[in-house]
Amino acid sequence: MEEEGIVKKFCYMNRKAPYGTIYALESLEVVLIAAAFDQDISLVFADDGVYQLTKNQDTDGIGMKNFSKTYSALGDYDIKKIYVEKESLEERGLTTDDLQALKYEDEDDDWAEKDSLFVVGRDELSKIINEQDVVLSF
Amino acid sequence: MKFGIVINEGPYTHQASDSALQFVKSALAKGHEIFRIFFYHDGVNNGTSLGVPPQDDRNLPNEWSELAEKNGLDLVVCVAAAQRRGMLDEDEMKRHGKDSNNLVKGFRISGLGQLIEAGIQSDRLVTFGD
Repeated sequence: MEEEGIVKKFCYMNRKAPYGTIYALESLEVVLIAAAFDQDISLVFADDGVYQLTKNQDTDGIGMKNFSKTYSALGDYDIKKIYVEKESLEERGLTTDDLQALKYEDEDDDWAEKDSLFVVGRDELSKIINEQDVVLSF
Repeated sequence: MKFGIVINEGPYTHQASDSALQFVKSALAKGHEIFRIFFYHDGVNNGTSLGVPPQDDRNLPNEWSELAEKNGLDLVVCVAAAQRRGMLDEDEMKRHGKDSNNLVKGFRISGLGQLIEAGIQSDRLVTFGD
């Protein structure tokens, strides 16, 4: 599904908790579709959005679908730039140990499994966002 | 300049659709092009034909519809978001065996690829939402 060979830098900003509103789930739906378009994709998780990537989510008590396992499949969609804001984690008493390990297989390196999740500071994140052509915030 | 517009909130509860409407009118008046207006999340409710706002209030779905007709705008409602929220055109109504449809003239239902395409083809993609 190429668009006349144009490749833009698309950034999907995720800033809300996974449950309570539908933004996180519907953002993920956009990202999965976007992966088919051969664009340069980055995902950002900041503010309460960092909760989207936490391990051991259990939605049994709230009657919502637990879609958190989908994040670990992002590598299969060739999405390998997932940025988590360091300050957002710290402000919420979270560390990377609380987050899922997100990996992708590098086809240029004999399919070696590599990390796709990067914890970055606010200053670096602002630079990353500044480099994007299209920023979609959810 | 060529703009793509994303509207992520429904009418009335949130001002997103009103602001987008003003933005689109101004952009057109200044000679800019609107590649597409994409309605996502609760934004799909901007396409309902069943709203009956008080007479002294604006009717946002109708305003979008009229603006689209006058300027040849492409108003696209996301199919996945629309199905969840009960927004159907005639085809979707038949496909899902429902007994009515409620999409205002001038809107069309399509997939999320239309949003990505708007990002690729527009010089700027402007989001109105929360």
